[in-house]
This record gives sequence, C-alpha cells and structure tokens, in this order.
Amino acid sequence: MIVQDSKTILEVRGLCASVNGIEILKGLDFTVKSGEVHAIMGPNGSGKSTFAKVLAGHAAYEVTGGSVLFEGNNLFELAPEERARAGVFLAFQYPIEIPGVANSQFLRLTYNTVQAQRGMEELDPLEFDDFVREQMKLLEMSPDFLDRSVNEGFSGGEKKRNEILQMALLDPRLAILDETDSGLDIDALRIVSQGVNQLATQDNAIVLVTHYQRLLNYIVPDFVHVMEAGRIIKTGGKELALELETRGYDWVAAEYQSASENRLV
Amino acid sequence: MSTVTAIQRPAEGILETLLAGQPQLPVSPLAWINALRLEAVNRLDLLTLPTKRNEEWRFTDIAPLTRLSFQPVRCATYLEPADIAHFDIEEASTRLVFVDGCYAPQLSVAAADSGVVVANLPTVLATHAIAIEAHLGRHAAFHENVFAALNTAFLHDVAVIVVPRNKVLVAPVHLLFIATQQQVVSTPRCLVVAESGSSVTLIEDYVTLCQAGGQEEAHLTNAVTEIVLENNACVNHIRIQREDVNAFHIANCAVSVGRSSNYQSVSVALGAQISRYNLDVLLAEGAECAVDGLALIASNQLADTHTCIDHTEPHGVSRQLHKCIVGGSAHAVFNGKVMVRQGAQRTDSVQSSRNLLLTRKAHVDTNPQLEIFADDVKCAHGATIGQLDSEEVFYLQSRGLSDSVARNLLTYAFGAEIIDRIPVASLKHQLEQMVLEQTSSKS
Repeated sequence: MIVQDSKTILEVRGLCASVNGIEILKGLDFTVKSGEVHAIMGPNGSGKSTFAKVLAGHAAYEVTGGSVLFEGNNLFELAPEERARAGVFLAFQYPIEIPGVANSQFLRLTYNTVQAQRGMEELDPLEFDDFVREQMKLLEMSPDFLDRSVNEGFSGGEKKRNEILQMALLDPRLAILDETDSGLDIDALRIVSQGVNQLATQDNAIVLVTHYQRLLNYIVPDFVHVMEAGRIIKTGGKELALELETRGYDWVAAEYQSASENRLV
Repeated sequence: MSTVTAIQRPAEGILETLLAGQPQLPVSPLAWINALRLEAVNRLDLLTLPTKRNEEWRFTDIAPLTRLSFQPVRCATYLEPADIAHFDIEEASTRLVFVDGCYAPQLSVAAADSGVVVANLPTVLATHAIAIEAHLGRHAAFHENVFAALNTAFLHDVAVIVVPRNKVLVAPVHLLFIATQQQVVSTPRCLVVAESGSSVTLIEDYVTLCQAGGQEEAHLTNAVTEIVLENNACVNHIRIQREDVNAFHIANCAVSVGRSSNYQSVSVALGAQISRYNLDVLLAEGAECAVDGLALIASNQLADTHTCIDHTEPHGVSRQLHKCIVGGSAHAVFNGKVMVRQGAQRTDSVQSSRNLLLTRKAHVDTNPQLEIFADDVKCAHGATIGQLDSEEVFYLQSRGLSDSVARNLLTYAFGAEIIDRIPVASLKHQLEQMVLEQTSSKS
C-alpha cells in the first residue's frame, strides 16, 4: 500500500549492467518506498530478471554505471550474503536443488545466520522446528518437506512455496519475487499469493517480476512498471497491467519512442 | 587385478625384506593352510611390485612405498578397551578387533549365537573347517596380484563370519582393524560366508591409533577380503578407510554373489597418503549389486579405486555411483569396469562416476569401462568432473551464507549422497561429521 511520508527502501538511478560484455540494463530508474508493492512487467529479454539478479549481487552481472541505494546505503558495497542479511531477498525463478542437504538443516542455517547478524536470537533445532512448522502452515506445506533435500524432487509449485517460506523466515525489508508465478497451477498460485500478502507489511516492500497479469489479481500492486530494452519506459497503477494484458507491449514501446522523439524536437 | 610380468626385481626390495620374515609364522595345524601360504610364497618369486608401466597402475605411482622399508608385525601392541572406545559403533552387537593385523580378543565381542559365527580363524577351524577351506583364498585370486599374494603368504589371523541358512542378522558386525606400529606391514584378512537366504550387515573399518605425538613414519596395510553370498542372500558391506595420512593402504576385495542374491556396498576412503582399493564383484543369475564409493582427499593424498562388476549370467542388475572430492594437490583415480559376458542377457547396469575438484591443483583420473558380449542388455555409464556450481553458491549466498560456508555446505552435500546410503545411523552420523570437518578445512 502507498503510505504517506514512508521511508525510501530502494533508490535506483541510471543503472547500467552487462553480462558477458553485453549491456542489458541501460539506465534504469526505480524507487521503492516501504509498504509498497511494485510489479515489473515486460517482454522476454527486456532485462527484468537481470535487474533482480543485479540487486541480489550475482557475480556474472557487471554493474557498469549508475547507483543503487538500499535504505540510504550503497548496495554495491555489500557482498551477496551481506545484502541478504541487510534485508534484500530474492525469490528465484528457478530455485536450486541441493541433494544431500536436508531442507530443515538448510532453513535453520540460513535463519540463524541472518538472526545472528541482526543481533537476534538463534534457535536450536527443536525451537526452530516449532517455528518453521508454524510458518509452513501459512503456505499449506506438509512438514514432510523438512526432511527432504533442499528442493530436490519438488514440483514447480513446491519449489516456489519453499522460496516464500524462506522469505517468511528471513523477514526481508525488500523482497524481489522473480517470476514466482510462472509454472504454478491456480491452487498453488492462490496459496503462494496468500503467503506473500500475509508477509507484506507497512515496513517492507515487495517487487514482483512477472510476465502475466494473472498474479496481480492475487497480489495487487500499487505500481506497475513496463520494462523494455533495459529501461523502465512506463509506470502506472494496477489498471496498467490489465491494459497490457489486452493490448500487449508494442503500444507502450511506440508511445515511449514518439515521446522521446518529441523531446529531441 | 594386477598383471605383473617383469622378471627383474631390485635386490633387497621391500618384498625380500618382508619375505625374510615369513618363515617365522607359526605352522598351522591344517595342511591346506600351510599349502596355501607356500603357494603364495612361490607366486611371489615370480611377481614384482607394479609400476606405472602396468596398465592397472598407470595413474598410481607407488614409488614412495617402495622406497621405504617395512617389517612384518612381530608382536602386537596391547590395547585396553578404553583406548578404542571412540571407534565404537553402538548398533553393532558383535565386534572383532585386530591390532596391526593380529586378533585382539580382549577388545572383541565375538558371538556364536544361533549358529552365527563371528570369530577369529583358529577358533572356528574345528567347527567350520569345510566351509572355510572351500572359500578362503579361493575368491581373491593371488596368482597375478602381488599384494593379494603377500597377504596370503602371511595368512594367520582371519576375521571369519558365517551366517547360516535363512538367518537374518539384524545388528551389524563391526570388523575393526587398528594400525598402531610404524614401519610395519599388517595383513588384515576377512572371510564372509552368507549362506542361502541369510542376511548380514558388515562394517569393515580401518583406523590408525596415533601414539603420543602422532604418527610420523608410515605403515602399510595390505588387506584382503573375500565375501561369498550363496543363493538368495543379502549382504550390506560398509568399508571405511580412515587411516593416518602417512599410511599406505592397499586392499583387495572379491565378492561372489550367488543366484538372486543382493550385495550392497558403500566404501569410503578418507585417509592414507596412497590408498588403493580393488573390488571385484561376480554376479550370478538374477543377482543384484549396488557398489557405491566416496573418496574425500586433500593435501598430497592419492586414492585409487578399481572396481570390476562381472555379469556372468542373465538377469543381473548392477548400480554404481562413485564420487571423489579432491582438494589440495591430491589425486583421485577411479577405474570402473562393468563386464557383461556372453549369455548374460537382460543385464541391467548403470554406472556413474562424479568428481568434484576443489582446487586448481587437484587432479582426477576416471575411467568407466563397459565391455558387453551379450546382445540383449540395458547398460549406461558416464562420468563428470567439475567444480562447485556458481549458481548453487550464489543461491546460498542470497540466503545470507558466506561464500566459504556455502562452498563447504555444497561440498558436504556432494559427499553426503554416498554417506546417506550407509544403513547404520550412528556410523552415518559419525562420517557426516568427519566429512563436514574435512570439507571445512580442505577447501
């Protein structure tokens, strides 16, 4: 929700980034304040996922220009794990499977690592078990998932639920959900969305990266942005998503094109 | 199996020094045992230690071993049960302990309940001479294998397990081989006979007990194990080699899997500066085996595993997953042969070698081999060598774990897939801890 006089969580100015020498982000501007839900939409290859990974600190993406302030601090001075501890969370489009590591072990390790860094109490295995089972109810996850290897043999929906479970445990200030809706059936979409909605507060913010308007029926955004060729070219309210659903993206690009030509004239 | 044809042998080599001590072995009351030893001694006259020119040893240079001199064990070190308490495996109700290859009755908990035999050779010769004569030295061929011949020449104490027909032994049997002396060769030996319809879990465990100040000189363990599964039997065989990093460890294991029997093996190599494990599994009709292995080594260790799974008859099933985690400037070798003989139709075999290199100097040679002489079979094999996946590391970092914790966790997980297959909870836990410690220090 849009809250008057709320703090700025993320401020991106003129961000440029490349991967393998190819420039993907070309001067991106983006501001997020606490309490807000943003949706970033756009065609394939427009740079949405790159933006998400740059924010999380993936080493394959080289930042070549611009700045990103996270709660007023330079985000690029922080290693990926430091960003996570500071409150940046990325729900992966394709969560990684880790055979051989029990989900419960992994979840407790990450939870306690982040808690310790924030000067908060760590939980022993028994305490954590109670805590995590409570959180799992939110996502209608069976406790069986605790004993299985991290994401191994999980269905697409189960992996995404496991991502949102991690979001619940790590309690981020900024959660970026990278195509969390893709590959979900209608029930899984409802459950995952309900989980996200319950986790949204006045003190945090959520950025949804998505192709489809469908998700936005469940998680209603305050702002919808259209990304094209490494920039945000249009920003609107939730009704923009519906318009994109019926009209596609081409008209937005054309509008942007003529607007910038007019500026030149 | 090594094939050694060279005739020249350096004067006063390691074999001569050792063989000079062989006549001091007490004569066995059984003529066939003396004959077996003599046959092995005679074979040793024709065999030499392998070099890298030998196909079966081309990646493993045992020159560091041949430069040292070793003596046979002359007197066993006396240990108290408290000295070895930390090697205890709680699930095991029976345990045989051998110190430098010599049976230590004061440390052992032998059993002979309901006909199951878990005892040292001399104890059981009187009651089970026929079964033992039929198998001891008959499966682990020593005619072309210098190390097996050397072990057989020094045949004295033997861990013998005989599980009678239809007996299901629930608690595992722990065979603990402790090396305590430096510059000696110990020759551990095991014989396992699982009669028709029987079932047993066996833990073969090789450790070094450091004297105060640690082990500075090397010892050589030269082990031979023979396992026989009669029809419809089931053997779970867990082998742990966790000797001192100065040790040399050579082992030969031959398994004969009878009709419709099931052999499951997990071998873990953590210790020794040079270790070599040869495992030969012979499968009869409808027999199944799972042969899994993990080598976790660092600094300048070398761990070599050679396996041969031989499908001799139809409808056999074999599964093999061998993993190596190599740090430092260590070197791992895997040579896995799957043989499908003519007539072994409907064989189903999957073999996989997966290797993780943690440093630039780490080295692995892997060679999965498939030889098929039947025309109606389903066989697959493959090998991968790689480093930790950067996407996996990033995933863990994005959850707040540091780069080094993330790498250790992934390395641990790579090995844990094998450790998880050990059906003994306390041993599994113990090994998980060891792997966790090693991966934290070695990467």
